[in-house]
Amino acid sequence: MSEMSEYEETYREIPPTGVKMQILEERLLNKAAEKARNIQQNWGDRIRDEITTAIYRHAEKISGDVVSAGKEKTSNRNKIIEIDDIVTSRALGFPLMLFLLCFIFWLTIYGANYPSDLLSGLFSHLENLLSRFFSLLNSPEWLHDLIVLGIFRSLVWVVSVMLPPMAIFFPLFTLLEDLGYLPRVAFNLDKLFKLAGAHGKQALTMAMGFGCNAAGIISTRIIESPRERMIAILTNNYVPCNGRFPLLLAVSSLLMGAGIALSPGSLGSLSAAGLVVLLVVFSIMVSLFVSWTLSKTLLKGVPSSFTLELPPYRKPQVLQVLIRSIFDRTIFVLFRAIIVAAPAGAIIWIAANVSIGGESILHHVAAWLNPFGSAIGLDGYILLAFILGLPANEIVIPILMMSYLSTGTMLEISSLNAVKELLIEQGWTWVTALNMMLFSLLHFPCGTTLLTIFKETGSYKWTAAAALITTFTAVLICFLVYRCAMLMNVL
Amino acid sequence: MNFSNLFGIPSAPRRHRGQFSRRNRERFSLPHLSSSLRANRKSFLSPTLNSKEYIIALAGNPNTGKSTLFNALTGLRQHTGNWPGKTVVQYRGSCNLKGKKVTLVDLPGIYSLLTNTIEGEIARDFICFARPDAIVIVVDSTCLERNLNLVLQILEITPKVILCANLMDEAKKKNLHIKISELEKKLGIPVIPTAARSGKGLNKLKSAMDDLICGRITTQPYRLHYSAEIEKAISEMEIELAPIVTNGLSPRWVALQLLTGDSTFINGIEKYLAGKQIDGGDSE
Repeated sequence: MSEMSEYEETYREIPPTGVKMQILEERLLNKAAEKARNIQQNWGDRIRDEITTAIYRHAEKISGDVVSAGKEKTSNRNKIIEIDDIVTSRALGFPLMLFLLCFIFWLTIYGANYPSDLLSGLFSHLENLLSRFFSLLNSPEWLHDLIVLGIFRSLVWVVSVMLPPMAIFFPLFTLLEDLGYLPRVAFNLDKLFKLAGAHGKQALTMAMGFGCNAAGIISTRIIESPRERMIAILTNNYVPCNGRFPLLLAVSSLLMGAGIALSPGSLGSLSAAGLVVLLVVFSIMVSLFVSWTLSKTLLKGVPSSFTLELPPYRKPQVLQVLIRSIFDRTIFVLFRAIIVAAPAGAIIWIAANVSIGGESILHHVAAWLNPFGSAIGLDGYILLAFILGLPANEIVIPILMMSYLSTGTMLEISSLNAVKELLIEQGWTWVTALNMMLFSLLHFPCGTTLLTIFKETGSYKWTAAAALITTFTAVLICFLVYRCAMLMNVL
Repeated sequence: MNFSNLFGIPSAPRRHRGQFSRRNRERFSLPHLSSSLRANRKSFLSPTLNSKEYIIALAGNPNTGKSTLFNALTGLRQHTGNWPGKTVVQYRGSCNLKGKKVTLVDLPGIYSLLTNTIEGEIARDFICFARPDAIVIVVDSTCLERNLNLVLQILEITPKVILCANLMDEAKKKNLHIKISELEKKLGIPVIPTAARSGKGLNKLKSAMDDLICGRITTQPYRLHYSAEIEKAISEMEIELAPIVTNGLSPRWVALQLLTGDSTFINGIEKYLAGKQIDGGDSE
């Protein structure tokens, strides 16, 4: 179709005298093209391969004759090739990737326990001081509650839950990036993305998405084909970003390691890390599956190929990585979360304490959402937390805790174990925890990401599609998990 | 590494014809780039035909310092970055070669002409159809072998090529030695070692560019030889293509492109041939 219209346009532009000549020439070219087509049919892909190999062989020979290298450098280069052969090999590539991922998560979860405890202890001490300060000022009780129980507590949650894992996870991730491992990951995943009808570079943009989905979506600019770029944009949000990792890490340690905060057993951390790895793998699978579905329905087409440059392995500058990842990323993400968490804390507190008809606003909204929430194995408060967490996913857990606290009996959060009791009191089962994590993985993108999608696509429709497709997957999968659990009576 | 994976199988042609009216042709925006062929020809060919101004293109792999060289030669301050794929559109600047005004075009970095990326198409279409007076291929001296793939491919299209062996400083650091004169002899084109960042070798490069566009040097570009089967097919097609493929385009190269079955290139050729009539008939 498109080629037809191209011809039409060509003809229209040619002055009448030129037409005859043009048709003649086109015929001649077509004759040659026909010959080429015949040869192609007989030989298949072999021609392209042969031509390519010929070029490579010639290039290799010329450069071999002309370039002479010092001995140590050659051996160094061979070493890189040897390492790449292992890292991107069929047999070891994927296990190595999963192992590295698992190791990083384990280190993050296991290592985050101590500073997390330390911080929450410090903050509860600070809260006491703050309370005393308010009573010293003789301030009204509502003001104290709004500021201390509303704003301060949500800030504490954000800091003590998020800071330690981030401070461990970011530097480790940056080290891998510096080392040059990420392009190798993309290389390994390339085949899978091709199979899904998407662009291989989507593996890279997805890897960026693990840092921040908005950044991941901006990075889809490296994908040239508009079709494949759209697929990459629409499915980027499935991989958990740094704002959502703390939720995954916290809930999975709650789920897997009972009383992990009291006795940080390495086994509990390991199984929690394993669970997070499974979830990450699952999110990549969903991303691939949705890409495949899109390439078969809304965005049909053939994947284009690309060259991926594997940069040399470099010894990471550890100190610089530490400084950079802490200042550029950790502090940045934390600051963003704090900015959002403070007003959100105030809003939640007001909603939880202003009553209409004997019940708080928060309760009304949660009760209204509850039927839908229960149908997919969650509850009204969780859904509300996700909706209020739209500006930044980091604050979903703090909002949820605050909502539960304002309705529950326990008032002080001292440890993860106490949180666990609170959740059980609220009727959580392992399915709730699992669905909470799945919903967090798959649900609508955060506000920043949606804005970025709009900027990149320039279309309200595709932005809405990004939100709807993800939310639909989240609801569907949570529903299926819940139903299966009910059917198998394992609730 | 799997070589066949590096070069792609062509995808279906992506064209956005309807959005490309006569009036806004000169405006480039990303989705339209691949189809801006005609705009290229209009904006780049006419100066060549007028022969008042020379056009020299800078081509090469991504991240070899084309933009740095471009800035050094033109005195412009185009943003240079350290990541592949920075230059997606072509940048133009003018440069003075011994009193002659030369338009320098900075093409997007590509690894191969056999790709189906937008950058690849822009670079290839420019080299094939805009017929610049010379092409300076900028290569990374630290990995000459990989860069030579593109060089050999461009040499199939045009003999008016200078090789700029850039990043010589880095090569020296890596203890690599390149026999420049031997490379020159093998490729049959001038090879100028440079370090664009520190400005080394730029004067030599400039005078080589001047010599080439004035015809003071002639080149004997390296010929790639393929297997007997392919060579036979090429020569058969060449006979048919020779009468129609003129205007500096090599029939051998067109035959090769037809063999590799790149549909976007075939579209380009058809338009090019159609366009020849316009140029001849119009007083434009």
